[in-house]
Amino acid sequence: MKRAAAGADPAAPRLVLTGITKHYPAVVANDGIDLSVAPGEIHAVLGENGAGKSTLMKIIYGMVRPDAGRIAVDGVPVTIAGPAAARALGIGMVFQHFSLFETLTVADNIALALRAGVSRRALGRRIRDVSRQYGLPLDPARYVHTMTVGERQRVEIVRCLLQDPRLLIMDEPTSVLAPPAVAQLFATLRTLAAEGVSILYISHKLDEIRALCERATVLRAGRVTGECDPRRETVASLARMMIGRDLPHPRHAAATPGATVLAVDRLTLAAQDPFGVALDSVSLAVRAGEIVGIAGISGNGQRELVAAITGERTVPRADAVRIDTTPVGRLDADARRALGMAYVPEERIGRAAIPVMSLAENALLTAHRQGLVARGFIRRPAMRAFAQRVIAAFGVRAAGPDAVAESLSGGNLQKFIVGREMQQAPRVFVAAHPTWGVDVGAAAQIRQALVDLRDRGVAVLVTSDELDELFEISDCIAVMAGGRLSPPMPARETSAEAVGLLMAGPRTDAREAA
Amino acid sequence: MLRFEARPAPSRLATLLSPLIATLATVVAGVVLFAALGHAPLRALAAFFVQPLATRYGVGEWVLKASPLALIAVGLAAGYRANVWNIGAEGQLTVGAIAAGGLALAFDGTTSPLLLPAMFVAGAAGGMAWAAIPALLRTRFRASEILTSLMLVYIASLWLQLLVHGAWRDPEGFNFPQSKLFGAAALLPVIVPDTRVNAAVLLTLAVVAAAWVFMQRRHAGFEMRVAGLAPAAANYAGIPESQTVWRGMLIGGACAGLAGVGEIAGPIGQLMPSVSPGYGFTAIIVAFVGRLNPLGIVFASLLMSLLYLGGEAAQLTLALPSAVSGLFQGTLLFFLLAADVFIHYRLVRVRAVPAGAA
Amino acid sequence: MDTAVQLVVLTLAAATPLLLAALGELVTERSGVLNLGVEGMMLTGAVCAFIACVKTGSPWLGVAAGAVAGAGLAAIFGVLVLTLTANQVASGLALSLFGVGLSAFAGLDYVSAVVDGIRPLAIPGLTTLPVVGPLLFGQNPLVYVALVLLVAIQWMLHRTHAGLVVRAVGESPESADAIGYNVLAIRYGCVLFGGACAGVAGAYLSLAYTPMWSENMTAGRGWIALALVVFATWKPWRVLAGAVLFGGVTLAQFQAQAAGVDVEPQLLAMLPYVATIVVLAIISRNPMLILRNAPASLGRPFRPDR
Repeated sequence: MKRAAAGADPAAPRLVLTGITKHYPAVVANDGIDLSVAPGEIHAVLGENGAGKSTLMKIIYGMVRPDAGRIAVDGVPVTIAGPAAARALGIGMVFQHFSLFETLTVADNIALALRAGVSRRALGRRIRDVSRQYGLPLDPARYVHTMTVGERQRVEIVRCLLQDPRLLIMDEPTSVLAPPAVAQLFATLRTLAAEGVSILYISHKLDEIRALCERATVLRAGRVTGECDPRRETVASLARMMIGRDLPHPRHAAATPGATVLAVDRLTLAAQDPFGVALDSVSLAVRAGEIVGIAGISGNGQRELVAAITGERTVPRADAVRIDTTPVGRLDADARRALGMAYVPEERIGRAAIPVMSLAENALLTAHRQGLVARGFIRRPAMRAFAQRVIAAFGVRAAGPDAVAESLSGGNLQKFIVGREMQQAPRVFVAAHPTWGVDVGAAAQIRQALVDLRDRGVAVLVTSDELDELFEISDCIAVMAGGRLSPPMPARETSAEAVGLLMAGPRTDAREAA
Repeated sequence: MLRFEARPAPSRLATLLSPLIATLATVVAGVVLFAALGHAPLRALAAFFVQPLATRYGVGEWVLKASPLALIAVGLAAGYRANVWNIGAEGQLTVGAIAAGGLALAFDGTTSPLLLPAMFVAGAAGGMAWAAIPALLRTRFRASEILTSLMLVYIASLWLQLLVHGAWRDPEGFNFPQSKLFGAAALLPVIVPDTRVNAAVLLTLAVVAAAWVFMQRRHAGFEMRVAGLAPAAANYAGIPESQTVWRGMLIGGACAGLAGVGEIAGPIGQLMPSVSPGYGFTAIIVAFVGRLNPLGIVFASLLMSLLYLGGEAAQLTLALPSAVSGLFQGTLLFFLLAADVFIHYRLVRVRAVPAGAA
Repeated sequence: MDTAVQLVVLTLAAATPLLLAALGELVTERSGVLNLGVEGMMLTGAVCAFIACVKTGSPWLGVAAGAVAGAGLAAIFGVLVLTLTANQVASGLALSLFGVGLSAFAGLDYVSAVVDGIRPLAIPGLTTLPVVGPLLFGQNPLVYVALVLLVAIQWMLHRTHAGLVVRAVGESPESADAIGYNVLAIRYGCVLFGGACAGVAGAYLSLAYTPMWSENMTAGRGWIALALVVFATWKPWRVLAGAVLFGGVTLAQFQAQAAGVDVEPQLLAMLPYVATIVVLAIISRNPMLILRNAPASLGRPFRPDR
């Protein structure tokens, strides 16, 4: 353990935040936040997407400068000018999207964080020691790009531990883990806490917080709305603190599927970049009037599969992807749209929407067949009218069709994009992580819209990291692991545990055991 | 303490103001430079920016030099908007001139009114052919069009030199490396008396208008803007990258080729070892200063043309080297890029958050 | 035998400016910054080196002036793309256009000046040895400088912590920032180094290769150096291979003329440019090769949010 700073009060809380405020041009991300963490405490910071959790953690870690407020570590007031300063204070952070270098080895990655002056042999030994001590096996010589997401997280954690942190920030750590690995992570965190390390645990998964944390601070819209002992709360009571009302659930009657509309037939596809995933003989059928959900830890080929289905990437064998019976493998995304496909991609900004263009122009991006173009000329009134219809139909909060896409909140822009795709009367609808980073209200609305679309006889394919979401809306679930897709299972006849085991995949199991 | 803060949305005002700020800053830099060289700054500024426009002929020269700059820049801007970085317009201009010049020499002596239009077609085709090489290399082999199009400038220039030193040299030209003077049918009519302003200016205006319609009103232009603003969105919408590259390169090549014809069928009237004082490169600056917008490009081309004329005037009256034009053009682009930071950021005054006590 | 030795010496002499400029750009690009202004920095370096040499009579002060001039131009570029996060492609083009104008302006009074320049080594008793003499002891001193620089950069990038940091910043500035590195400072360092190298490359041209100044005397070598970095897939050793290849091609035109081959001089002069295009197409056609080796953040602006 790193010794406390000079003048530190051993009885003082590890971290005290007072009145932390951070304005961004369009939003107040943090509004007078107070927070206190005791030594050896596992403290949850709970809030839905956009509540200000990430901004707060970045402020503690020195990556974002607060507009106002005070920070004290071990009773000593501090200014944290940057991550280097935070680390000097004994603060470590494990990021949701890792801060690792893929082209380098584990040892290189850790050496970078520890700065110069460590011999490689000594470092290798320390890595092995620490990783064994905390049950996080690692091979220092391996390249990060060859590792699974779970293994990469281990690198991040070990990298923090080698610096003897006294406060460890974990940002949504389980979003990249298969259920069995979550238990292992919790065991590690409990060991650390027992040794006196304080842990700030950021999550929106309520049952995890109830299982792990002793205290929780709840954020909503940038403010603290409650503090509690999560072990004494129910999921429902935590949810009310988090969103101010009960969690909504979509209505979901049993499906009555028709004929197969979308078929993927033994699709094998090499990785497109050196760190990508190859698809290995993936087969899949989506029938009219059903929702097929694809589960999996991100980075197992879902992205590649969706790209191949939607035409973002063409595939060599045309009949590896079919709409009805038409081979479409070699058609680009626009040509597949002409055959009735609609698609909501993972990233809103820069992919599904052009941030600096108006909503009307963003409608034109994919909906030009809906009478928005005549003889090659853009029909501006039609374009604005279409955007207006989407805004009205999906309750998008925006200044109107001329509002610039990036001026909308994440949830509203996502509703616009989902609406734009649904308004084109599709026969196949593909949605990748349709509620990622979206507030609970918008997420519920989008899920309901997907179910309604299914009820109108559309074939719907959804990929998601969130098992709960898939179980909520899917009729069938298939699991992607290592570029392979499991056979589909009826959602009502399978369990989260069964799917979780498949997500870990045989490959990961072997490594986990090693 | 001041620092930059991201704006919620790009500022339209800053987008329009930035070229003006850059121009002012360049003038200030010019004053400093003139003073440093021992010239009375005001007199030097007058010599640079006012004197060239004091006569009708001078104004004509202003427009005459602005025309090819605007024409090329409008074509380049179409590509730049789509992230297609054609920087070889000088070479495409040269090949356009070779193609049109070859036609003019082949039909020397004809009086057909079709020769001039044919030369423009040939020039555009020549420029497009030269631009097609980087387009092909980019779409087939992913080779950077920046480097290949630039290399082709040198090759085109050497090709033109080869022709005027060899096969196309005027046999009665006292061994000077230049072609015969073109016949009347191959020359553009002067449209403003007492100046050298010719019909190519009308062509430029037509192309500028067409470019505006294409980028703002045509679906194809929209697709190119999407490809430039968000390549992933273009892929998502099924706008093939190769189509964007081909369109961007060919439009740029065609405009540069036309500009080449305008030079040899206009003020030059024959083929020489060099048919452009670097218009193809200056047009890059024009395109940026004009905000890649056709109307903006017209203003920017007039500004840049004035810098050319000012450089020549400064040479005569102040004995300053004409190279000062190039210096000013580069400076202007620097200041523009610096001023552009205000499109996406604003300066805010922040008080450092005090440690502990607030 | 002697002509073969002579050919090697001449090829290295022609390869040196490309090697110097490309090595500097390689370091810049390894940190994730694409500086297309090499041609402008080379020209400015060439003219400043020449002027300094004329004024002081010392060619080595000239080389230093070239390095400072190149780094100075690179600093302007750095302010634009690092501090102000301007578009790197546009800023690099601006730097090249600016450098052409600046060097033409600054060098106007020096077009017909003569300098003594930097001569090849002549060590009594060593240079005159057969074969090894001219190869090991008879090159221009700047040729040795370039070769030492090559070894130093190779060692620095792959054997030192500083090199590891540069590579890390080039791959992911966000991650480097997150573990506490000052990304902007590191990138400034690499950009300035690249500028200084381009400046020395220019100085070599105006003081050693052809001791004189003429407008646009680099004749596209800065752009060829940029292509060399791609050709070398960002590996220092392969830069040497590429530079020697291009040195050989440049040489071929003079050799052919000297040998009285009946080809138009303009056609021969096209060779280096054609070769650049061909080589670029061949190396770029394998996207995996480029993706695997290119710094992942190349050309992407980064600004920490604080």
